[in-house]
Amino acid sequence: MSWRGNYQGASFFELLQVEQPQLLPNLSAWSDAANSSIPHGTTVLAMRYDDGVLVAGDRLATAGHSVASRDVVKVFATDSHSCMAISGAAGPSIEMARILSVELEHYEKIEGQSLELDGKANKLSQMIRQNLPAAMQGLAVVPLFAGFDLRRRSGRLWKFDITGGRYEEAEFDATGSGGLYARETIKQGWRAGMDQAKATRLAVDALTAAADEDRATGGVDLERRIFPVVKICSGAGVDDCREEEIEAAYRENLARRANGGSSE
Amino acid sequence: MSMPFYASPEQIMADKAEFARKGISRGKSIIALEYDGGVLMVAENATSLSKIGEIYDRIAFAGVGKFSEFDQLRKIGVRFADTKGYAYSREDVAGQALANAYSQAIGEVFTREMKPLEIEIIVAEVGDDRWEDHRKNSLYRVTFDGFISDHANYCVIGGNVGDVEAELANSFQDGLSAGEAIRLGQQALDTGSERGTTLDESTLEVCILDRKREGRKFTRMSTEEVKGLLET
Repeated sequence: MSWRGNYQGASFFELLQVEQPQLLPNLSAWSDAANSSIPHGTTVLAMRYDDGVLVAGDRLATAGHSVASRDVVKVFATDSHSCMAISGAAGPSIEMARILSVELEHYEKIEGQSLELDGKANKLSQMIRQNLPAAMQGLAVVPLFAGFDLRRRSGRLWKFDITGGRYEEAEFDATGSGGLYARETIKQGWRAGMDQAKATRLAVDALTAAADEDRATGGVDLERRIFPVVKICSGAGVDDCREEEIEAAYRENLARRANGGSSE
Repeated sequence: MSMPFYASPEQIMADKAEFARKGISRGKSIIALEYDGGVLMVAENATSLSKIGEIYDRIAFAGVGKFSEFDQLRKIGVRFADTKGYAYSREDVAGQALANAYSQAIGEVFTREMKPLEIEIIVAEVGDDRWEDHRKNSLYRVTFDGFISDHANYCVIGGNVGDVEAELANSFQDGLSAGEAIRLGQQALDTGSERGTTLDESTLEVCILDRKREGRKFTRMSTEEVKGLLET
């Protein structure tokens, strides 16, 4: 610690760049050919409901055609009112979620007030842009960011592309290898002003559909008792959906399919 | 050739110390004291500029003297703690290491620079119930020359330290409730102050490190909360 550091701002990411660059991921030596040797995360989704926004992800990570982990967590609370869900190369993605959560806390402590939700999404997009050289070599970080906007009193969500492009979605989005199937399922069931219980059931349905069609997505694993992570961001903060609720939603989904698709 | 002006090192240090002390004693006091729920910090402060701040999960900071200087120290403390917690783990960020780092940095300014820092700080750390060897709270005081000391029960910086400490020595007990602790703080600050009026919620800045809270244990109390506690 020294009285006059080189960095005087409020960003933790920039602090590391200036003072401790060795702590930041440096993936410049990465080769595309090694991509099947490291874990990749698969399907994550986010959708708005009446009191906020829900973020969910399955638990499987794959390396090439193998299972890398069955119970990896891809949805992170980045502060009291926001979440980030990751798909793509697991290592750099999880690290980015970690840096973002320190970043948001750091800013709040240095400046004495939290960033606005827009500011948080913008910061994440800058961090993704920094990762572009690695993304060009196959280490893409393409997260979803969602949170409860305390000024607008509503949930909001953003998707990103590898160049840091930031796109706000008004209803829902899903990304990762099974994202397409998840999105299709949500599209059919999503209604404006749906409640949290309905949103949770729809999220489980979407992950189940993605797991059904995409071999790299995990879905619900009743044998091993591994359930997707479902996080709820509302005015009260970020909360984990209970496993019992997820299991009930999944069993309902199974029963419906056994009934030949009739919904009740 | 002209002779360079000579002053003995003793004289230089004494002058610097006197200069710093003068600035600090003009200010108002801050107290950190242990209570049954953790550590409570109370400052006489009618402005919206905070003297007490959060550093990390279990660590808080308080400074008296020149605002720009102790606020800068608060910020470098946050940078130090966040970098350490990121590089290792959140549990590796400890109050003692931070207080030591402050002592080094402040001591360095005192010996090297023309002007010493006109500040005094407290680093407070609340105990962690999860681990046997981390249960105790710690209170450290670092003065303008980098002198570091650790304190049990309570710790006072700035203003009329002697009188405030005497009042606390008389009335402090183990296991105070939050309400009792804040009233004791108020009473001790009143004793040390020359105003003759009683401090109330509008002139007190109160923050706590709440043992029971998950994760980040630092909480700044609103005026209403302070009022409620003063009246309990």
